[in-house]
Amino acid sequence: MAELFTLPVLVGILYSGIRLATPYLFAAVGETFAQRSGVLNLGVEGIMLMGAFSGFYVGMKTGSPLLGLLAAAVVGILMGLLMSFISVTMQAEQGISGIGLHLFGLGLSSLLFKTTMGGVESIEGFKAVRIPLLADIPYVGESLFNHNVLVYAAFLLVPLSAWVLNKTTLGLKIRAVGQNPQAADTLGVNVARVRYFCVCLGGMLAGIAGASLSIALINLFQENMTNGMGFIAVALVYFGGWRPFGVMGGALLFSFVNAFQLWIQVKGINIPSDFAIMMPYVLTILALAFATKRAQGPAALSKPYERGEN
Amino acid sequence: MKSKFSRIVVLIVLVAMLVAGCAPKATEVPSTVFKVAIVMPSSITDMAFSQSMFEGLKKVQAEMGGESAMEIAYSENMFKVPDASAAIRDYASKGYNLVIAHGSQYGTSLQQIAPDFPKTAFAWGTSLDTFQAEGITNVFAYQAEAQEGGYVLGTVAALMSKSGVIGETGPVDAGDAKLYIEGFQKGVLAAKPDAQVSVTYTGSFSDVSLMATAAETHIAAGADMLTGSSQSVVGAIGVAKDKGAFWFGTQWDQTSLAPTAVIASQVYDWTGIIKDMIASVKAGVMGGKGYTLTFKNGGLVIAYNPAITIPAEVKAAADAAIAAINDGTVVP
Repeated sequence: MAELFTLPVLVGILYSGIRLATPYLFAAVGETFAQRSGVLNLGVEGIMLMGAFSGFYVGMKTGSPLLGLLAAAVVGILMGLLMSFISVTMQAEQGISGIGLHLFGLGLSSLLFKTTMGGVESIEGFKAVRIPLLADIPYVGESLFNHNVLVYAAFLLVPLSAWVLNKTTLGLKIRAVGQNPQAADTLGVNVARVRYFCVCLGGMLAGIAGASLSIALINLFQENMTNGMGFIAVALVYFGGWRPFGVMGGALLFSFVNAFQLWIQVKGINIPSDFAIMMPYVLTILALAFATKRAQGPAALSKPYERGEN
Repeated sequence: MKSKFSRIVVLIVLVAMLVAGCAPKATEVPSTVFKVAIVMPSSITDMAFSQSMFEGLKKVQAEMGGESAMEIAYSENMFKVPDASAAIRDYASKGYNLVIAHGSQYGTSLQQIAPDFPKTAFAWGTSLDTFQAEGITNVFAYQAEAQEGGYVLGTVAALMSKSGVIGETGPVDAGDAKLYIEGFQKGVLAAKPDAQVSVTYTGSFSDVSLMATAAETHIAAGADMLTGSSQSVVGAIGVAKDKGAFWFGTQWDQTSLAPTAVIASQVYDWTGIIKDMIASVKAGVMGGKGYTLTFKNGGLVIAYNPAITIPAEVKAAADAAIAAINDGTVVP
């Protein structure tokens, strides 16, 4: 066991954990906005896949990962618009429409991939940007400050979102709409508009989450490449108590333990691989079970709002 | 109108099937088009297991004379067994001559479905169990002796490694992946007994992200030669390319993904097996045979990347390993 607690291993865990956490952060912070406004969007996974494909395809055709990122964001917003139309305007049952959105994104991204490309190819995505001085910090510098721009963006997104949600008028409106839409409506807040905005923002971030895989971290597209990450992101929102920093804590815990369990296997520690693979999930469940103070979710979560009801 | 009509047709077919099931001998004339259906866990473009079989089918189709001689229907991304088993049953009831269940997880379903369709031949892989012990006669089984190519590629990896550290990453510690990974390990240690081989499993056939992280971890631990199995290795190949490590592929030729990093791949060529199964079915033998892909029968091929120079003595060692496997002096 001692060989696991050496410097190269800890540095390696730090590096891999941060990369692994990146797509979860984008998707889960985006979903936090949607849920804080009262919309449960279970379609994150489908939006991620569409974002991953469109980001990859545009990035490949134009040779510019930046344009790819833009495409993924736009496609994410469009998927968000679809979800908000269904859940806010049409007031459909959110859980089911989210699952529908997932299947739609899964099917459409696979179909587009087959018709436009037909085979797996890799591209040059965003390059790692080494931040001078900070990356020279002994031991941890390289792990923390030698990543591609989307990794930094994901982590900067967390304090930014916390600030927007807690310190701005917009954040107040979002929280009010998610907590008590009737009251917010009475005070002149346009409930539908706020929800549209949040779900589209969540969609945009989910699209970017997918693109972070296809044009920054892995640099290829494969059908269903998100492999359930979108659903884990939804779980992370609950785990983090609907707070961006809580979400980040969950994403990092899950990712670090995942990076750690791979090191256990690489170092040949005598534990069955199945047990190592279970570790991140078991630890996440334990952390959830033993977390002392559980935050309450938005009171109006997953309830469509209609004026004049109640 | 249409649905009523189709319901009547279904009813007639059901009754006909019942009657045919009781009748001692089928009287219908076999159609000239040989209809093959395949159900697979990943996509036909997975650069691995499913693609190898699908391309094999297409090759046989071209040899037989195109779509007028052989029809191929496929259902991909059927990782979940209930979906797959519904698709298998569906193809069988639509009158396909040969229904291939291309995934070891489909075995139990196939065992239940096959007896219901005695006029359909089924194939199941990777496995060597044709369920003859259970009295089933219309199931073929096939398996790739993945450890053979693993051994040969392991030999090459050991001889080309500068650090003497080699990383392997697979999906689950079972089946085809296990055979390959253990064979590769044996090959490495036979060529270089003091080499260090580390093995990781991600627990998933499709988690591209975790597979990439596994490759990252192996490289951070000093590995300069990597290999792995399943369709999710595409992520790991990208990491190898970016970090200057080399990769060995299996199931399908993975060179195109990273021409600077992939040294060689073990390629599954299923065409021989497919042709033999079709010939058997046409001759009225609907199952009971277990097939293997080996170097000896040409089912396994090592595809070297022409863009990477492999020292002559390394290639000679690989050829010697193949020869030794073929004459039985080495059992990987």
